[in-house]
Amino acid sequence: MNFDPRFSGRKFTSVGTRPIRPDGVDKVTGRARYGADFNMAGQLVGRVLRSPHAHAKIRKIDTSKAEKLPGVKAVITAADLPDLTDGDAAMYDILDNCMARTKALYDGHAVAAVAAVDARTARQALKLIVVDYEVLPHVTDVDEAMNHHAPLINDAIFTEGLEEKPVKPSNVTKRSQFGHGDVHQGFGHADFIVERSFKTEQTHQGYIEPHACVASVSSDGTADLWVCTQGHFVYRQHCAQLLGMEASKLRVTSSEIGGGFGGKTHVWAEPVALALSRKAGRPVKLVMTRDEVFRASGPTSATSIDIKIGARKDGTITAAEATLRYSCGPYAGSWAEIGAMTAFACYKLDNVKTVGYEVLVNRPKTAAYRAPSAPMAAFAVESAVDELAKEIGMDPVEFRIRNAAQEGTRSSYGPVYGPIGIGPTLEAAKSHPHMKAPLGPNQGRGMACGFWFNFGGQTCTDLNIGMDGSVSLAVGTVDVGGSRASLSLVAAEELGIAYEHVKAIVADTSSLGYNDMTDGSRGTFSSSMATISAARNAIKILRERAAQMWDIAVDDVVWEKGHAVAKGEKHGNLGKLSLKEIAAASGKTGGPIAGHSELVADGAGVSFATHICDIEVDPETGSTRVIRYTVVQDAGKAVHPTYVEGQYQGGAAQGIGWALNEEYIYGKDGRLQNPGFLDYRIPVCSDLPMIDTQILEIPNPNHPYGVRGVGETSIVPPLAAIANAVSNAAGVRMTHIPMSPPRILAAIEAERGG
Amino acid sequence: MVEVTLWGALGQLAGGQSKVEIEAKDIRELFRKLAEQYPAFEPLIDRGIAVAIDGTIYRDTWSKELPQGAEIFLMPRLAGG
Repeated sequence: MNFDPRFSGRKFTSVGTRPIRPDGVDKVTGRARYGADFNMAGQLVGRVLRSPHAHAKIRKIDTSKAEKLPGVKAVITAADLPDLTDGDAAMYDILDNCMARTKALYDGHAVAAVAAVDARTARQALKLIVVDYEVLPHVTDVDEAMNHHAPLINDAIFTEGLEEKPVKPSNVTKRSQFGHGDVHQGFGHADFIVERSFKTEQTHQGYIEPHACVASVSSDGTADLWVCTQGHFVYRQHCAQLLGMEASKLRVTSSEIGGGFGGKTHVWAEPVALALSRKAGRPVKLVMTRDEVFRASGPTSATSIDIKIGARKDGTITAAEATLRYSCGPYAGSWAEIGAMTAFACYKLDNVKTVGYEVLVNRPKTAAYRAPSAPMAAFAVESAVDELAKEIGMDPVEFRIRNAAQEGTRSSYGPVYGPIGIGPTLEAAKSHPHMKAPLGPNQGRGMACGFWFNFGGQTCTDLNIGMDGSVSLAVGTVDVGGSRASLSLVAAEELGIAYEHVKAIVADTSSLGYNDMTDGSRGTFSSSMATISAARNAIKILRERAAQMWDIAVDDVVWEKGHAVAKGEKHGNLGKLSLKEIAAASGKTGGPIAGHSELVADGAGVSFATHICDIEVDPETGSTRVIRYTVVQDAGKAVHPTYVEGQYQGGAAQGIGWALNEEYIYGKDGRLQNPGFLDYRIPVCSDLPMIDTQILEIPNPNHPYGVRGVGETSIVPPLAAIANAVSNAAGVRMTHIPMSPPRILAAIEAERGG
Repeated sequence: MVEVTLWGALGQLAGGQSKVEIEAKDIRELFRKLAEQYPAFEPLIDRGIAVAIDGTIYRDTWSKELPQGAEIFLMPRLAGG
């Protein structure tokens, strides 16, 4: 990578302004095309048959009657998706999740699929498929699954990370541990110790757009896939590997995306649609119903967490310890490991120990959800921190400021921090007017901090200058939150032209080099770096072309505010050449002008946030109302402040839903009881106050503009901030998320009774 | 010679050591030499290991130099949402 990513401290013209997003009009008028909006001539309708059992052996699948039904063009089972993963365990799990092989591992697990001329015929065909199941005992609760007597989900799993290699298989796939110092000694120095256990229920990202794709496999073995995804290059890799194709033969085009939040980071239905199309010889459209999205895509972990924190009278934490148990669904994951790394990351601790356990359960395969695993750990830690501050008699903000990590602090997950923003977010929260707003009867105020790593990754960008001087920017990171606007601002900034002259698109997989997906808050961080690099490469060519037009040495030409300028006394009479003038002459100076960039964006810089919220609790019913909510977060540099605020507000809104209402409810039969938005209640506008935001800008030293990722950290503090507010309003410590009305009422009544 | 701190699972595979010393100029050489000295690391390196250099986390820039005296910390490569 011949590109210097270091922060330069430049003054900005375009970056930091708030123009209208290029995809805005299409989205508000309904013209924007999402996954299910794409159609191909002769396309078939795909439908998936799913297990009604939480855990069952598949003895036999008889598809003969379905195949004979007029209008059915293809029926597939796992036999049509053979194992081509070559020992790649993670890919094998994805394959098995797409289509069950020997066992159905959760209610909703795909066991067969059909492609038919219309939806009615496809549904009829599903009813004609006969699956002979041997129902097995199941377990859906994370704590129960760790019990030695729990039904074993995979007898080939032996717990990793134990000092002695286990001799018996287990539902615990891995134990991980982080920390430093001696917690036993640390607790010995504490005047106050808080020790509590917490639970959080499983939630779904709740994206409004279901998984949807159209697959078309040609008889020559090439294929097209139009799909709603957070990473079309990653989907291409997955699908090509699972179907035994060369990646270059599969062109994947990402549609607009109606939310992903981590849930669209690996394939679910896409290999099935491709296999159906390959068998039928026609395009196949496969759109999940909402029921299928809940039952068979990737919700977050359910958790069970024990916390112990000790502090001296002066408010200094002496030791902190956590044991975190996270459900993974029926496949191995590293979700508790992330929770164990992030749990105490906000604090300066001499003695800290976290242990994580990954637990298999008969639920859907866990997927990432915005700063995956961090919100649940923060809920437990920040609840205990609040309680400890109260026991000591300190203000909860002052207590956190006293113990906040800073530059030079050894993080709880290991490395020593560079420049970080937890202290400034706490100071900003302390002085925010929200902290002085009056509270009414039955209202409580809570606050909490949150941490997330942020990532970069492989990134490729093309910048093409048209002969009229307008600029096309082709990026490979899917736009999940306004990045086309932000990246256009970056291109305009570098080139010195107006934002309106830049048009950004998300290119398909055949038009651009590989890009990692849009996850880890990397979209704008990574693609802005690649856009800066591509623009600078284009400027180099623009200078060369201007030098040609003037017939002077290129070293005498500099680029200033969108113009080539000849430097030196001997060129004193030469006027400036605009980008438009150079572009217009490009046909006679060497042809098209473009800038390309391929790089690995690393050094994303960790991120911190502090949230404040006020909640009113009805003590008679346990219902809650969010009165005020404020987000303070470090953005490094807000490229488009409106969309940074949008990320902050979106994370807070999802956190409010998670904290107060959302949960997967399983019956004793292991079947999901509430796979729909009627019974799985995400917040709607009337549930939310105006979410106030405060952007802090502490530059990331590893990005030319100082940019940090902003998409995920905002969902880390809400569970805890709301739990602290509800606990203060209700007068009882809430330890179980979601704090739904029945749970709050039960806690209030237990407190009264006690 | 740089001192490399290992996270728990990696330390177990290195016979219980939490720190190892390696002669390496960049991340690529570090991983190559770690795999030579500790063959059990290889599957984890294949799966993905992140390297924190003075607190900044690098996941893919294997050409990143390891400055003398820098704090080098190996971490699991994590997923994002």
